[in-house]
Amino acid sequence: MDILKKSFKKSIWIFHLSTAACNGCDIEVLELLTPRYDIERFGIKLVGSPRHADALLVCGAINAHSKPRLLEVYRQVPKPCLVVAFGSCACSSGIFRESYSIVGPLDKVLKEVDPNPNIVYIPGCPPKPEAMIEGIIMGLEAL
Amino acid sequence: MKLLFYYLLYPGFVFASVIGLLSVWIDRKVSARIQWRYGPPWFQGFADIGKLLYKEVIIPKEASRSGFMLAPLFGLASVTLGVTILGVSSINLSASFIGDIIVVYYLFTIPAIALVYTGSTSGNPLSSVGVSREIKLLLSYDLPMVILIVMVATKVQGFSIQSITQFQRINGPIILHWYGVIGFIISIFCIQAKLGRVPFDLAEAETELGSGILMEFSGAVLAAYELSQAIMLFGLPFFIIILFWGGVSGGIGILWAILKYLLIMVLLILLKNTNPRLRIDQAMKYFWGWMTGGAILAGILAYFGV
Repeated sequence: MDILKKSFKKSIWIFHLSTAACNGCDIEVLELLTPRYDIERFGIKLVGSPRHADALLVCGAINAHSKPRLLEVYRQVPKPCLVVAFGSCACSSGIFRESYSIVGPLDKVLKEVDPNPNIVYIPGCPPKPEAMIEGIIMGLEAL
Repeated sequence: MKLLFYYLLYPGFVFASVIGLLSVWIDRKVSARIQWRYGPPWFQGFADIGKLLYKEVIIPKEASRSGFMLAPLFGLASVTLGVTILGVSSINLSASFIGDIIVVYYLFTIPAIALVYTGSTSGNPLSSVGVSREIKLLLSYDLPMVILIVMVATKVQGFSIQSITQFQRINGPIILHWYGVIGFIISIFCIQAKLGRVPFDLAEAETELGSGILMEFSGAVLAAYELSQAIMLFGLPFFIIILFWGGVSGGIGILWAILKYLLIMVLLILLKNTNPRLRIDQAMKYFWGWMTGGAILAGILAYFGV
């Protein structure tokens, strides 16, 4: 089954989920689809349904309202899957850390349903496109 | 034994899926170059299928288990059978039987029906919107395409691949006549809709319905669907070549067939990259109005032999 695992690393389909983000990261994701940074050369593409996804791209600090939705979508993704904590907010709650409505960074929330998720952290506000590509490729190598 | 070899290896499952997945790569690469991007590597189609086989299969709670798993395989098997009949009888004309062109066309329709079954059994509301659109689309593109097949069959006086190919070897390809040109253009639009590609991808509608009819597919079920789509991408242009463009002959003819196939692929890709998605009422109006009218016009022209 080695070849199937290798082909998994060559073809990652991403589902983009925004959990109370300020929209900065969501806009920056689109840069990966432009001619300059074209991410399809690594076989990566955006898909419309979590059932097709191999990686969940989560932008934004997670608040009490979006937490159940995030966990629901995470349960719907077929495993094995990669989770990308995209931007400072998803990595560590960023500037919203002490806010009353924030329930915590991505890894703390995900550990409630899955004790051992594969998480890639890409810090930055928003991250540069080079950083996004490097983070996803490094996460795939570590898988 | 020989039949099993035809079905599984050449020109059946293995050959057709390799060519089909390479054409999927050509499709994605040329689309990327049109948009000034670099595009995926050549093994992308194979990597996608391998990855989908590696992943977990999730069956929805409301779905009927066996139907959800088996219907895409049924579609894959019937597409493979259609490609096998096309391949064997276009190279060895004596293997052709009366009515095989109709058999092949309806074997290519079965994946759409299997998709409708799987989509409606998944119990997802967005899927059911996709299902209703897929059925309407199936009804609309079938009408002009069947008129064209009947037109060609009446012209060559026989419903078999043998009679169509022999007529074109004696009298020259049908596409050199006006009715052939009209029929060829209409059939390009019809196979674009049959493949569910961009101007007519209403059933999937990734940005609108979130993959619509495919929404609950995961893992091996999605792999079976993608593979049957890839085989159709090889089979349908080949069907058009046999119908309008002289078919395939041995020797140097193989090279000509590849060139014709690539030309039809480029037309399909350009159509995909230059058009936005239609609404379902626009698509039905388009096929039942312009396309059916054009097909009837082609039939009249064929009667007068223009």
